[in-house]
Amino acid sequence: MNKKAKSVFNGDKVFRDVLFLTAGFIVILLIIIFILLIHHSRPSIGAFGLGFLFRQRWNPGSNKFGALPFIAGTLITSAGAVLITIPFSISTSLFIKEYASSWLGNLISHMVDLLAAIPSVIIGMWGIFVLVPVMRSIEMILYSHFAFIPLFNAPPIGVGLLSAIFILVIMTLPYSISITRDSMVQVPVSLKEGAYALGATRWRMVRSVIIPYCKNGIIGGTMLALGRAMGETMAVTMVIGNSTRLPRTLFDPANTIASLLANQFNEASGTLYVSSLIQLALILFIISLLINITGRIIVHKMKMT
Amino acid sequence: MTIMMLRLGYKYQKFQDRLATCVVYFLTFLTVLPLFLVVGYIVLNGFRHFSLDLLIKNPAPVGEAGGGVLNGIIGSVIIIVIAALMGIPIGVLGGVYLAEAKESRFKHILRIAVEILQGIPSIVIGIVVYLLIVLPMRGFSALAGGVALAIIMLPVIVISTEESLRLVPHELKEAGIALGVPGWRVSLFVVLRTGLGGVISGILLSLSRIAGETAPLLFTVLGSQFFSLKITQPMAALPLQIFNYSISPYPEWHSIGFAVSFLLLIFILTINIMTRTVIEKMSYKRR
Repeated sequence: MNKKAKSVFNGDKVFRDVLFLTAGFIVILLIIIFILLIHHSRPSIGAFGLGFLFRQRWNPGSNKFGALPFIAGTLITSAGAVLITIPFSISTSLFIKEYASSWLGNLISHMVDLLAAIPSVIIGMWGIFVLVPVMRSIEMILYSHFAFIPLFNAPPIGVGLLSAIFILVIMTLPYSISITRDSMVQVPVSLKEGAYALGATRWRMVRSVIIPYCKNGIIGGTMLALGRAMGETMAVTMVIGNSTRLPRTLFDPANTIASLLANQFNEASGTLYVSSLIQLALILFIISLLINITGRIIVHKMKMT
Repeated sequence: MTIMMLRLGYKYQKFQDRLATCVVYFLTFLTVLPLFLVVGYIVLNGFRHFSLDLLIKNPAPVGEAGGGVLNGIIGSVIIIVIAALMGIPIGVLGGVYLAEAKESRFKHILRIAVEILQGIPSIVIGIVVYLLIVLPMRGFSALAGGVALAIIMLPVIVISTEESLRLVPHELKEAGIALGVPGWRVSLFVVLRTGLGGVISGILLSLSRIAGETAPLLFTVLGSQFFSLKITQPMAALPLQIFNYSISPYPEWHSIGFAVSFLLLIFILTINIMTRTVIEKMSYKRR
């Protein structure tokens, strides 16, 4: 009897140890990732210092590397995409939770999830063969009528920042919708009924109850979508045109950090070249980390209230 | 006077409400439209170029017509199996830890670590695995690709496991312990067993996600024109083939690219829809 009790106790301990080791492994894995990136970007950090972030030239031939065009490309495409996303994400969440009957809402909700499931490379392929030609004609119209606006003042070729922004809108929408939708579930029914009882129309109720209540969810969802958009690689690589120059207009071909890595990392030779690319990966990691953490904090705050 | 103003206000409000409703409907329509555009385009073009050769032949040399993607299908399966063998056990155990262990500082750190891992762009994971495995082993390999995909699926599985185990009511657990069942057996055979549906659907969704991941494979498995079963060698994979065929200048390669996309898309959407409809209905939900 005593012996049996002892073996049972051991099983518990073994189980707990295994769980603890796995958990420890996951934490160590993250630390290893961080150390590896820092270690391998040391040559480039040593050679260029902080100036790496602000230099425009990217010239593997003369071993001069500056990250500005790619940091700019990443920020412009992801911020542009996420700004366009906001009204769509709020409307779709409202439709799912407030406007549609429950089966239609569920159906739309599932469709949005399926959109998120389509691999980036397949969306990119659609981008090459459908979106880019369409964008080329739209850009042509903008160019011929609005060329006095500096953003549109370049002969359009189809691939470029604007196409990348549109691809990113499609790819990030599902993420911001899923968080906005979750925050709308939490709006207390009593508040909504209160607004209706005071004679508010549905839109009035949405504006004065739902939107203020879900503010954190909407902002947090937007931040998380922004983090997503920055790391998105394949689809962007296929439509952005891959130029290492700093873009001047929305029609210019450009590169994000992720698309530059996808294009050049395998061909890169020479310590400094490879190390500059790895430093870019580190920069991308850190930017998206900061944005993700901010987004999470905002979303957590929403769950608290 | 005031009544008239009220009337006007009411009409104005009603008009505003109608307008807002129209805008919401329209923007929702625009949101789901890309799903149909992309899936429709890939299915139409892919189906047109689909043939049995695609499934049973290897790629033809450049310039020759025909050929298939057998090497890519096998390669993708091998890489995903490697990823699953590493990612699933670690992910599920990590999720059980988060759901079962008592609150502590370390648990808080783990939770943050998992969230950070989930936010790392997949191309960065590709570079890290290149540094971690490809450099020391002096060569691209299917193994490295498997590790990269495992790191990507790991946080997804941890989070979905924790969430589905948290739905299991405390009473079940307490009943098990009251019956004298040891804690670890309660964790495995009561809590995990009850939440199994949710755990499995999380695993399936993460598998369907890594099946289409391309970026982390670029610097790890590299891709190959040939059939290979050696996991220490570069290997072909379907997403890489789609990428290479679609950015190539040859129309014949584009059509193979469409057919492969069609294949992969059908596979991924089937897993997704099946998981969301069948398994989630079977799995345990809060009453």
